[in-house]
Amino acid sequence: MSFLETHALGVRYGGIRAVRGVDISVEEGETVALIGANGAGKSSMLNAIAGVLPHTGRVSFDNEDLTNRPVFDRVRLGISMVPEGRGVFGRLTVEENLLMGAYLGNSQKDQDLDLKQMYDFFPRLKERRRQTGGTLSGGEQQMLAIGRALMSRPKLLLLDEPSMGLAPIMVEKIFEVIRGVSKTGVTILLVEQNARLALQSSQRAYVMESGELSITGESNELLYSPKIRSSYLGEGD
Amino acid sequence: MDIFAQQILNGLVLGSVYALVALGYTMVYGILGLINFAHGEVVMIGAMIALAVVSILLSAFPEMHPLLTILLAGVSAILVCMALAFLIERLAYRPLRNAPRLAPLITAIGISILLQNIAMIIWGRKYKTVPQIFPTETFELFGASITSVQIFIITISAVLMTGLLVIVHFTKLGRAMRATSESQRVAGLMGINVNKIISVTFMMGAGLAAVAGILIAGNYSVVHYSMGFMLGLKAFTAAVLGGIGNLGGAVLGGLLLGLIESIGAGYIGDLTGGFLGSHYQDVFAFVVLIVVLVFRPTGIMGERVSERA
Repeated sequence: MSFLETHALGVRYGGIRAVRGVDISVEEGETVALIGANGAGKSSMLNAIAGVLPHTGRVSFDNEDLTNRPVFDRVRLGISMVPEGRGVFGRLTVEENLLMGAYLGNSQKDQDLDLKQMYDFFPRLKERRRQTGGTLSGGEQQMLAIGRALMSRPKLLLLDEPSMGLAPIMVEKIFEVIRGVSKTGVTILLVEQNARLALQSSQRAYVMESGELSITGESNELLYSPKIRSSYLGEGD
Repeated sequence: MDIFAQQILNGLVLGSVYALVALGYTMVYGILGLINFAHGEVVMIGAMIALAVVSILLSAFPEMHPLLTILLAGVSAILVCMALAFLIERLAYRPLRNAPRLAPLITAIGISILLQNIAMIIWGRKYKTVPQIFPTETFELFGASITSVQIFIITISAVLMTGLLVIVHFTKLGRAMRATSESQRVAGLMGINVNKIISVTFMMGAGLAAVAGILIAGNYSVVHYSMGFMLGLKAFTAAVLGGIGNLGGAVLGGLLLGLIESIGAGYIGDLTGGFLGSHYQDVFAFVVLIVVLVFRPTGIMGERVSERA
């Protein structure tokens, strides 16, 4: 069994069948991208795996059946999500936001260690540790959201549109961070509209279309596939 | 005796109690966006339970130390009110969590009426006098007189309010409460059991309400099944005045409202040439409510933090 597996996953969202029976699998240590047009059901997939949206079908992770587990239980098992729009707590300070990520535990010592590591990783956040999350720029908020998700020492990191609304230079930085996180051994499932970046930063990818999988394959092959190039990379021939 | 100083003192005493109750309104509003109109009734139940326990203890153990009596009565009232608030949230509000906002609001009013009637059936329709447990002493302060009960009220309120602010701002539980009040969805992603935090919030508010009920019963020496209704409305007004959802605002709003009422009641006779008397005291709270809603609906401290996208 794979590290993360969905079987016939279905999600209804706002009265529409946003995801219609999708099977994906992710191996431990991999970075897998989920790409597709707006409204293809990528975010719904991610939210269902995190336990934020109810779903039909099955989700298993690390040999545990997640199907009926509430979201906080999935966090306990090692799944951490950076939600779309980042979900930074605007009235909590940067440091409090980071500490929220460590809510479920670890000793005080580990927590201090992780906090220090995040500050080494994101010096910008250290400068702004006493500021409230709402005063940060979009890019800083994205860093905070990723740092916060890492504070729970996740085995699986779910990233929902990390580049959304960010300046190109910030997007570069964020993806550098994501590749760095991957190198530490964390498994990543990445939903991203910027297909090129997503493919460049992952080993494998699934392409979704109207709630179903259309193409799957190795990311570096998909980068050169004519269909992907014309539909998702904006390189019409 | 200095009348003005006296009114200020009375206002602070009254305001402390409003503040305790307003905190319960504002905490629940902050986390659920719900105005829990049954909260005033929890205050009443707290007073009733405490009185019942005091009566039993006084007749069963007449030699018991008054401090122990009041302590046992207080703990019982707090526990009962916490259990009650837990059940109200679990049975009445939680099933409506995703319903249109009007549904839980109407339910809250329904619970309020239900609790009043249950209290009426259990404890009767008559005003019940609270036995005097402590000998009341009166002290002089800045030309005003203050009773030992009033000192007790201000002290207990100040300690509890400080304690609550410390919990909310400096503990892990408090952090989780603030996170949950900002976004239940994201709080869940942090591993927070959001339902548990909501239950705890209701129970903390109810604990404060129970104490407020006891304090007010001690101050006026009388309790009644309907006592929570007006008190609840005024505390709600205090919460709106301070900026609903804001804890510091609830404290400030409570104290201010107490002062406004007390000073207003003291001078309304002079101001209207004796046409309106101090029994018009209740008018002030609602004039304040209307003025706030018209001119500053977010209340004094209800400034929203700008959240950049």
